[in-house]
Amino acid sequence: MSRYLVIGATSAIARACCREWLLPTSRAEAEDPPLFFLVGRDAEKLEHTAVDLLGRGASGAKWVAMDLLDIHAHGDILEEAESFLGGIEVVLVAHGTLPDQNECEVDAEQAVREFSLNATVTISLLNRTARIMTERGRGVIAAITSVAGDRGRPSNYVYGSAKAAVSVFCEGLRARVFRNGVHVIDIRPGFVDTPMTRGLNLPRLLVAAPDMVARRIVRGIRRRKDVLYVPGYWALILWVIRNIPSPIFKRMSL
Amino acid sequence: MQNGLLPWGLFPNYPQEPYRVFWRSDLPSALTDLARSKTTTLPFGNGRSYGDSCLAASDHVLSMRDLDRIIHADWTRGVVTVEPGLTLGELLAVAIPNGWFLRVTPGTQFVTVGGAIANDVHGKNHHRQGNFGAHVSQLGLLRSKEGFQACSPTANSELFEATVGGLGLTGIIVWAEIQLQRVTATQISAVNQRFDNLDEFFAISAELDVVHEFSVAWVDCAVKGRFAGRGVYLAGDFADEGSLEFSRGSVLNVPLMPPVSLVNRLSLRAFNELYWRSFPSVRKQTRSTCESFFFPLDRILNWNRIYGRRGFQQYQCVLPPENARVGIQELLSTIANSGMGSFLAVLKQFGEYKSTGLLSFPRPGVTLALDFPNRRKHIGKLFTRLDAIVREANGRLYPAKDAHMEPSDFRRAYPRWEELEALRDPSLNSRFWQRVTQ
Repeated sequence: MSRYLVIGATSAIARACCREWLLPTSRAEAEDPPLFFLVGRDAEKLEHTAVDLLGRGASGAKWVAMDLLDIHAHGDILEEAESFLGGIEVVLVAHGTLPDQNECEVDAEQAVREFSLNATVTISLLNRTARIMTERGRGVIAAITSVAGDRGRPSNYVYGSAKAAVSVFCEGLRARVFRNGVHVIDIRPGFVDTPMTRGLNLPRLLVAAPDMVARRIVRGIRRRKDVLYVPGYWALILWVIRNIPSPIFKRMSL
Repeated sequence: MQNGLLPWGLFPNYPQEPYRVFWRSDLPSALTDLARSKTTTLPFGNGRSYGDSCLAASDHVLSMRDLDRIIHADWTRGVVTVEPGLTLGELLAVAIPNGWFLRVTPGTQFVTVGGAIANDVHGKNHHRQGNFGAHVSQLGLLRSKEGFQACSPTANSELFEATVGGLGLTGIIVWAEIQLQRVTATQISAVNQRFDNLDEFFAISAELDVVHEFSVAWVDCAVKGRFAGRGVYLAGDFADEGSLEFSRGSVLNVPLMPPVSLVNRLSLRAFNELYWRSFPSVRKQTRSTCESFFFPLDRILNWNRIYGRRGFQQYQCVLPPENARVGIQELLSTIANSGMGSFLAVLKQFGEYKSTGLLSFPRPGVTLALDFPNRRKHIGKLFTRLDAIVREANGRLYPAKDAHMEPSDFRRAYPRWEELEALRDPSLNSRFWQRVTQ
């Protein structure tokens, strides 16, 4: 498994995953270093990322800058990735934004735009890669969602609902495509120390470093997990939160 | 997310507020922002400087650690261009599988490339390879007025010489091109030998330094009398045969800060006695991994915590050859009489290399380095006495390790400081620089 398509490749988690994939776990892997196709928004940052991966031993890294909201362009990009990689083995969908909840409350258009980027765009990409992979009869689809998708909270339900949409989509897709040899993994990180969470006032004990998160993600993908909470303790926290009855939950200002 | 960065010695206790930068293209605006809102700032790597040379005068640092990308790697010639926040360990992890190693390796792999340049660090092969800066062929510097500039020993050489060993004051290092050395194996074939006193140390050093690429000595700073100045001399070379391996992991961790220092008179004497006895009295060949040879302390994560919340100070000086024998003897006996000191006291002969930087620490002579638990009253008196010996011997202290140097001593020992001051970027200043120059 060494041909990766990475969407949102300049995100801290995606970058850390790529570096993790470059650490060989066996002699066979060492002799066949990974190939990357990177998609993102900012050309300069993509180039910095690609060059770094090449320096760290990637056998190739191509990048394409695009506006992911242009859903009609997804088909072409995936085709290009498919031919550059000679078959996408793993797709990591890691793009996303953390919308300003307050702005979204007063600006419906912005709420929809943020929802589109975090949910609609992802669904389009998952849909298309699933088709490519099921035809070939193998592949792994990894989508980064969030623990925020487990429950709608007043402080970030635009983000949360978009992530929830992707999670449910993944669950259904997984049940459809596993018969065709394609695996879908829904990765739900908790708080991660990245540019996206910069400036947020988060409980320090619960904030994980991107490389630690990446190690767990890469391991989860290798082990074909269905749903992966990273770090693992979030599974427990979210189990508790999911089981709080609504009448109580709505009164807790989370 | 990280709050209040401190120097490695945890003293002086001025927590630094980090302004994190994730992309090289974000540096100009970050520098402008900080210069406007805080007057000055200072680039901060991985916090391995011991004292206040890594603390911004404003206590707001530009955190460089996220800039850890490789920009170009030529594995046929062994030349890499990297971002400054990459640590030497991270660089080795990439270079070693390709058959390359750093030409100069300091005692920890956790320093960043930017920090290694800004302090012009040295290693166990100073007598062969000089300092880290001697192997930096080019670097990119961002200055608040002039913008981006490339500097090298031939282009913008004045700025290059000020930046190497320039304590981060001449601008932000944006990238650096580094020359590596070829290795066929990462194992070290080492030789060690105990010595009973300083005369023996100098004799062994004179005999073996010329033969081996790497050399250093551990000295027992707690013992007085007949065995004063005893220690263990350690030399080595890369093995001709072996494998290319490198592990970045630490084996142990000091997870919590003990309320008081675990290093005291009793534990020090006991440790040193045991350590000394663990080596045979005759010369012995051994083989070790490069990690345990170069980075023995890195195996214990957060080892700086063993000194407790008040931290510690390192004292590292270099004395010129003509005064080294007498001066080191005097320093060691003063330290032994004080009953303070550390497990790891290090003695090394520097080579004849002329350092690149205006303010580089290494110079021909002998360097002694050791840590002291930060017991304020005692350490002040002891350092006053040690400083007098260093001054008398016409030696100098290492800014990267320092938290106490007298301004007059600094100016005497680093007469070219005014040239650096003239080239200092006005939006950069450190607590160290303020302390010793203003």
